[in-house]
Amino acid sequence: MAHTPIRVGSRPYPLRLIGLTCVAFSGLLSVASEPATTPNSALPPAVDRPVDFVRDVEPLLKAHCHHCHGDDEQQARLRLDARAIILTGGISGPSIVPGNSAESLLVQRIAGHAVGPQMPSDADPLDAESIGIFRAWIDQGATWPDGVGSAATDVLRHWAYIRPGRPPLPDVADVGWCRTPIDFFVLAALDRRGLKPSAAADRATWLRRVSLDLIGLPPSLDELDAFLSDASSTAEQQAVDRLLASPHFGEHWARPWLDAARYGDSTGYHDDELRPSWPWRDWVIHALNDGMPFDQFTIEQLAGDLLPEATLEQRVATGFHRAAACNLEGGVPTESRRTAQLIDRVNVTATVWLGSTLECAQCHNHKYDPFTQRDYYRLLAYFNNTPDESGPTVGPGRASMAGPTVGIAGTTTFVMQEMEKPRQTRIFLRGSYETPGETVSSGVPASLHVSAVAEPANRLGLARWLVDPTHPLTARVTVNRWWSEIFGAGIVRTAEDFGLQGERPTHPELLDWLAVELIQSGWSMKHVLRVIVLSAAYSQSSNLSPEMLAADPDNRWLSRSARLRLPAETVRDNALSIAGILSPAIGGPSVYPPQPPDLWWIRDDKSPVYLSSGGEDRHRRGLYTVWRRTNLHPSLALLDAPNRITCTVIRSRTNTPLQALALLNDPTYTEAAFGLARILSGTIAVSAGGSQTLEERINYGFRMATARHPTQAETDRLAELFLGRLQRFQADPDSAYRLIDSVRGDLAAGIPATHLQAAAELAAWFHVATVLLNLDETITKG
Amino acid sequence: MRPISRREILADMGLSIGGMALGSLWGGQTSQAAADSASRGNPLAPKPPHFRPSAKSVILLFASGGVSSLDLFDPKPKLNQHDGQPVPAELVEGQRFAFIQGRPNLLGSPYRFQRHGQCGMEFSQLLPNLATLADKTTLIRSVHTDNVNHTPAQLMFATGHEFAGRPSMGAWTVYALGSETADLPAFVHLTSGLQGTAGSHHTNSGFLPGVYQGVAFRSGPNPVFYLADPRGMGRADRQATIDSIVSLNRERLAAVGDPEIATRIAQYEMAFRMQQTAPELIDLSHESKSTLAMYGVEPDKPSLASNMLLARRLVERGVRFVQLCDGGWDHHSKIFSELPEKCLAVDRPLAALVKDLEQRGLLDETLVIWAGEFGRTPMLEGQADKKLVGRDHHKDAFSIWMAGGGLKPGLTYGATCELGYRITEEPVHVHDLQATVLHLLGLNHERLTYRHQGRDFRLTDVYGRVVHDVLA
Repeated sequence: MAHTPIRVGSRPYPLRLIGLTCVAFSGLLSVASEPATTPNSALPPAVDRPVDFVRDVEPLLKAHCHHCHGDDEQQARLRLDARAIILTGGISGPSIVPGNSAESLLVQRIAGHAVGPQMPSDADPLDAESIGIFRAWIDQGATWPDGVGSAATDVLRHWAYIRPGRPPLPDVADVGWCRTPIDFFVLAALDRRGLKPSAAADRATWLRRVSLDLIGLPPSLDELDAFLSDASSTAEQQAVDRLLASPHFGEHWARPWLDAARYGDSTGYHDDELRPSWPWRDWVIHALNDGMPFDQFTIEQLAGDLLPEATLEQRVATGFHRAAACNLEGGVPTESRRTAQLIDRVNVTATVWLGSTLECAQCHNHKYDPFTQRDYYRLLAYFNNTPDESGPTVGPGRASMAGPTVGIAGTTTFVMQEMEKPRQTRIFLRGSYETPGETVSSGVPASLHVSAVAEPANRLGLARWLVDPTHPLTARVTVNRWWSEIFGAGIVRTAEDFGLQGERPTHPELLDWLAVELIQSGWSMKHVLRVIVLSAAYSQSSNLSPEMLAADPDNRWLSRSARLRLPAETVRDNALSIAGILSPAIGGPSVYPPQPPDLWWIRDDKSPVYLSSGGEDRHRRGLYTVWRRTNLHPSLALLDAPNRITCTVIRSRTNTPLQALALLNDPTYTEAAFGLARILSGTIAVSAGGSQTLEERINYGFRMATARHPTQAETDRLAELFLGRLQRFQADPDSAYRLIDSVRGDLAAGIPATHLQAAAELAAWFHVATVLLNLDETITKG
Repeated sequence: MRPISRREILADMGLSIGGMALGSLWGGQTSQAAADSASRGNPLAPKPPHFRPSAKSVILLFASGGVSSLDLFDPKPKLNQHDGQPVPAELVEGQRFAFIQGRPNLLGSPYRFQRHGQCGMEFSQLLPNLATLADKTTLIRSVHTDNVNHTPAQLMFATGHEFAGRPSMGAWTVYALGSETADLPAFVHLTSGLQGTAGSHHTNSGFLPGVYQGVAFRSGPNPVFYLADPRGMGRADRQATIDSIVSLNRERLAAVGDPEIATRIAQYEMAFRMQQTAPELIDLSHESKSTLAMYGVEPDKPSLASNMLLARRLVERGVRFVQLCDGGWDHHSKIFSELPEKCLAVDRPLAALVKDLEQRGLLDETLVIWAGEFGRTPMLEGQADKKLVGRDHHKDAFSIWMAGGGLKPGLTYGATCELGYRITEEPVHVHDLQATVLHLLGLNHERLTYRHQGRDFRLTDVYGRVVHDVLA
């Protein structure tokens, strides 16, 4: 060696706490390897008298503990009302060590001396006297007389892990209100709380609501008038059937599935290159339109390539898991990149089908739910047999997407495929691929569900296990997601977590009824949606009163219908549709509606460039907007569309000033306002329903935007706006022309270049149209 | 336009203030999360910290790519002495680098270091302006992180976790403390030129409500998306449309009683105000010539310097967290020609920012941080030709420069070994840094949690400790 030895500092780093613990525990638990000894001196002293369990201890348990660790609920799989279980303990081990209170986890926890939060976690700590009573009881031998408390020897199985049965319809106070079985469950829950359902929404509101819910578009005035004049008892059913048969149904319902599947048009990391994933997106739209049963929908996406005689479409369907974000950065080791994708696939599968957060089990056994780290890696093994998906580096620091592909519709898209020789899967100690542990084979978490028939040990077997008709979770999790799209929140509000840490269902029997209905209808999504939207619960008015807000602030009990701001894509589609300029084209490569310049960051000359689409592609539905995952279109992002780096099953719903600016000034929305202004001013051939007077035109525009007639005050307000602006633009026709030119995009203005009065009118109508498209009511499903 | 008052809305609805809190001004978001609906108020209302803070706001200049500490902050005579010799095998055995393979040679620094100020803090010749501020500066030489690749390391720095999806430091801060300004966002992200490879994740709200995400102000005449009205539309035209929207929304609020409409009304009014305040904010024409010269701002030229000045103007107006992203620090090659250029662009405006804040009495309550996601290796990458050499990513030891906000000024903290490869004293993980930043803001990083997917999350994951030694 050419150099002289160099002294190198070797002071060890303090050991960082390894990720064995989730951040906070609400259950009574600690890390098994942690020494459980607490110095006596740190604890309040035991009371200096004989303690009787029934007189002294049980009342404390009842007051402070049973709420979470009792008959109803067993947080951390612990109940403290049963002698057998207090001794064996919950998932952290025994709660007490008879004769040694200082070593008893229960004492350490209520005194705040153990790892994790002090118990009770959501109430005031116990006083020293109470802790002293527990200590004395344990030190004196922890005597628990026979016959006292519960005789239970094991905790209940969590509701979500028990197969749903079809519950009987409950008794309700007013059978006449109920239109579908759903209504019995909803009304019974209202009855129990002394709440009343709201009156039915008026018919126009209902039609607009159901149109937005099923196809994501508002009714045309022709559809609206036809419905309002149809007095038959089947008018609503016919409207629903028409909407379910619309080719736009699949577009609208693809949207939440694309969120769940973290679908994007780019790799998601580093340079965030674009990649042609859209054939999979189109597969989803067509599958939903065709009414593909959800079990088949599942199987084809998880394992279409493994079906006998797999078709091209079935292989395209497996693009679901090729949507995993991929870091193609040059320095990332192939194995790191590959395992990050595997982990993503396990987590997404668990969230989407099992409503379970398995992430914890990547590093350690799940603290709350019955998943072990071994279960996690057995699931991972299903996905560990695909070829490497990153190609050789093609430039400085940049690799290319590779792996199995198929050619379809003139492009090459990404699919799943098994390797002939399976990879070995090993548990990653502490979740890191750099510390492999025990070897495992693929398998499903048997603690959750065992299929009646043997399934192959590959992705096809996993998919079939998920949609086994007796599986406790898949159908529940699926109907819950659909429910949350319609009512704004699921029956289980934590749609991503049905486990012990998730919320309990507000209407458990209703959830089970819907789950069984889904399975027994042959996994028909359209059938279940039809039942939901034809219910009395759905048809209620969404109006609120202070009393309702006080009694049911979050509408958990459905004493009204949901009033919700539309999703980002639907805000856009709705505006373009009202303006008469929405392109009806379905599918194809993603499009580039106008966005502010220089938004896509550019690294080098290989970076993708955003060139705004022209013609019809400017006005396609929102779901066709190119989804560059680190650079999402600002209007979509501002309205809470997720970037889809990871799986999203609940979108947030914010209300911000930047949204207002987008709806006022994004060219998409100014073009929509211009399109509507064109109609209202009569400058293009579309007749405003033969409207001639100012009031008639306002009425027409208002109905297009909201499906209802304006009040006189509303009409007057808009007329005042129109006349004020008209006067202003008549006085300054140059401004009118400038305005028209700056907002029309490539839409024809339809007025002669020298017709000053027409220009002033069009500019004034543009203001009215802008107001109509920006109304809270227009961007809200009421 | 006559703004609608909260009292009027409530009167319209026959409600008392106690009966229903309305979302107002910024925010007003509905979410499934019970925790959010519990408060039912303006999610950006100022909230008390956990304890008395020393900093009110943060300006974070993120050097995307990884700054070479050994050429700027941490002189290593021994490294220079052994320049060109193979790195000791014991150092690199079993180590993984982004690009370097085998056993590379050491690469000394050609830059002259000197002690500065009363404290004697060392800076290289590349940072002459920052060097004059040695006694106001806090330098940590012993920072380490977990991953050698840009995106995970940047995510770790920005969000405390290597994978995307967690909230950023600014989002956590605003979630915890709310906003001090009614006319501007509480968390502003100033963009210019290259951004980090982690893209918008630097300023994302992750699973926190979207109202906490950083609002991107861009360089140039339109700092906020969609701020400018269409040509031909005057201010009075815009006011007339907003008046009508507000008036019709009020009618609707009275008819259907949804408080969300009241929030929407407030947001349209805020949008209208921002159309006024945001251009005023970015208009630097009223700044004195000497201020502009101190930063090195050239009129109408978007630059890091103008963003630095903008950061001060934002903080002055009550903005809580300002984040600037400055790319181009990934010096795998040609480090000795490119690094001086980068330093030239940062040194003067960053020093100006500190002086400017101090002159205005804001430095004590403003924490300024300049940091990258990791450091760079003491070994060379690439050819032995000095004109072409670079340094690879180094996660095990790097320096971070900070000032103001309740830090101990003039402190050089931590140390690395003679080659600058390993930490020898006082290691500070990125999580520790995050815990310390929150501490300066009056927040206990273990108490600042948000429940998501069944567990409580923190900025510092399950790690982090406050580095009390660096606190004033």
